[in-house]
Amino acid sequence: MAEVVAVAATKTNTALIAARLLMSAAMLISAASHAAVLPEERADAMYHSYDGGGVTIDGPSVLVRKNFAETVSASANYYVDNISSASIDVVTSGASRYSEKRTEYSVGAQYLYDKSIISGGVTRSDESDYEAETWYVGVSQDFFGDLSNISFSYSRGDDLVRQTGIDDFEEEVLRQNFRIGFSQVIKANWIMSLNYELGTDEGYLNNPYRSYRYLNDPLDPTAGYQLAQEVYPNTRTSDAASLRMLYYLPWRAVIGGNYRYFSDDWGIAAHTAQISYTHTFRDRWVIDLKYRYYQQGDADFYDDLFQFASQDSRDYRARDKEMSDFDSSTLSLHVSYELPQLHQLLDRTALSLQWDHMFFNYNNFSNLTDVEAAPGEEKLYELEADVVKVLLSIWY
Amino acid sequence: MKRSCLLLALLICIASSGCGVQPWVKPYERNMLADPLMNFDRDPVASAYSHHVHQAREGARGAEGGGGGGCGCN
Repeated sequence: MAEVVAVAATKTNTALIAARLLMSAAMLISAASHAAVLPEERADAMYHSYDGGGVTIDGPSVLVRKNFAETVSASANYYVDNISSASIDVVTSGASRYSEKRTEYSVGAQYLYDKSIISGGVTRSDESDYEAETWYVGVSQDFFGDLSNISFSYSRGDDLVRQTGIDDFEEEVLRQNFRIGFSQVIKANWIMSLNYELGTDEGYLNNPYRSYRYLNDPLDPTAGYQLAQEVYPNTRTSDAASLRMLYYLPWRAVIGGNYRYFSDDWGIAAHTAQISYTHTFRDRWVIDLKYRYYQQGDADFYDDLFQFASQDSRDYRARDKEMSDFDSSTLSLHVSYELPQLHQLLDRTALSLQWDHMFFNYNNFSNLTDVEAAPGEEKLYELEADVVKVLLSIWY
Repeated sequence: MKRSCLLLALLICIASSGCGVQPWVKPYERNMLADPLMNFDRDPVASAYSHHVHQAREGARGAEGGGGGGCGCN
């Protein structure tokens, strides 16, 4: 039993990944626009790959969208993550690499009525120890000569958390998100959008596989440390606000920028900024260059090395690197090529290769493979990762 | 207080009369806005994945989409 738990304890934050993907899935089937028109009919087949920090994740994603009677648009998405992990958490726990698979299905529909679009959809995600189901509804409205758009939406997710190796472990999480967006055409070549999102989570928010560490003897760090399961609050409320813009240049190029501020009642505050430049040439090629910077402060109850063990369920303890103080940068190069018309039934076809390189610098998360150092004196952890997406898109 | 009253009166004036503010980009001037490059979410399947990659590794979440259209969660 202890061995099973030890292996299980090496798993990465699959709970976070599963839950957070739901927001991405909802975004995916929303097909952003800045006017009250239905999204284009298109099909996308993507292969995605992440490689970094001893973790590889890859798999397909297929999205198909079909419009009916010029008022209804329906979409469906199938997505898979094949995960193989020997992350820093796996290595330092002494366990071996593990593999698992997560599958996600989404369906959504949009109804266009005059200058309004009403949307709804459902997403389901399954993996061996985590199930999540989310639905959302939303409405958007164009006004002021279609130069302005305001939108509202609500989503609700019901998650089931299990723990590999412990059959009777089953906990629930309720996630709710409220969003409001406003976009505005500033000039004939300049658009901006403001978004605000309130998120509330309630239930078992721990990652059951993650541990914090505390000193055996607070007066003598050389006496070593012990690991214990993290202790999280049962609620979390967050606010995020962002400002985005796109500006069209005379030579058919676009510069973009966005900024987001985030804060939550766990004490995490974060800034995200991104700039991008999109260039076209010979009509068929589109190249995107992007730089994204992210910085966050740690949660109130995060520490790399605690002095004492948690005393009760309200004495919170966390050592997830996702809750530490860190910054990251992402450099992106995306190249897209529009193929000559393949068939008279197809409007156009495009092939895209997208590559992102990510750097993470953790400011208070130690690399515990540095076993020569005394507890608390280890070198800080750093991470580099490559993300590759190969995308075939067909418009019809 | 006096300044607040003046500001409120001005806002009411703007809201009630429209003050002549009209959409300043005419339909025939929107060819650049109609270019697919001016979409905040040009490849939804790819951008959803990118958001996922970041969200799984960061404490922050939400408000990352383009404005308008669809559910507003984009």
